[in-house]
Amino acid sequence: MTSRRTATVTLPSDDQILITRVFDAPRELVYRAFTTPELVKRWWGGERGEVTLAEIDLRVGGRWRYVMVAASGGSEVGFHGVYREIVENERIVSTEVYEGFPDGEAVNTMTLETTLGGTLLSVLVQHSCKEHRDMHVNSGMEAGMQEAMDRLEHVAISLG
Amino acid sequence: MSMARAATTSDAFNAIAEPRRREILDVLRGCELPVAEIVERVGLTQPQVSKHLRVLREVGVVDARGDGRRRLYCVNSEALRPVHDWVEPYERMWSERFARLDGVLDDLGSEGDE
Repeated sequence: MTSRRTATVTLPSDDQILITRVFDAPRELVYRAFTTPELVKRWWGGERGEVTLAEIDLRVGGRWRYVMVAASGGSEVGFHGVYREIVENERIVSTEVYEGFPDGEAVNTMTLETTLGGTLLSVLVQHSCKEHRDMHVNSGMEAGMQEAMDRLEHVAISLG
Repeated sequence: MSMARAATTSDAFNAIAEPRRREILDVLRGCELPVAEIVERVGLTQPQVSKHLRVLREVGVVDARGDGRRRLYCVNSEALRPVHDWVEPYERMWSERFARLDGVLDDLGSEGDE
């Protein structure tokens, strides 16, 4: 069921989300890609938008903030948080707030483990309650619907 | 499909919200078991397990069939599809991020080779 090339998302409890994925790269490189602003900018937006700002003050108590301009509509969305625990190449615990919903602070635990032929990445998202967790998962659905709309638009243009 | 999931007391989401019921589903993953075996594996009493099984059967997440004098229980993964469908767009978002991250890692890897 687990494919190397897709993320696996599970819901271990009512207020958690767990994202896992294996990468064909050593831990040090995955860690670098997660903690270097210029590199984060290249991947964190995925297909949803362009990351225009990535600030990373990588020390306990230091802040991070990412801003993305949505691929469709150009609206800006911001995320920020504070680092709580840092173990180089192994583990980062940080808070995360989606600025569109500042009440819903989550705690993310990112861990990297060396596995056969690669690195297993796990991101455990701990919300304070089920409602916030559900809203977070729903944000994917909203983005998914937006992508579907965009595709539809492309089709419509190509037909026009 | 509605954006927010329905908040009824009798859907798969609520049935699997209880940690012990998720444990029972884990135990039943890929195998048919009689209740005594489930009791042993999850460490609950038989009445507790039976109660959870009843809830899981009501929403169709668990099926049962008779096998002689005992009943065998198994997971009906089709009933869990709404949960999967709900998570899928979020999962896709991460898959897309990670596809790009693969590209970044390839570049970093080849830098190291030079």
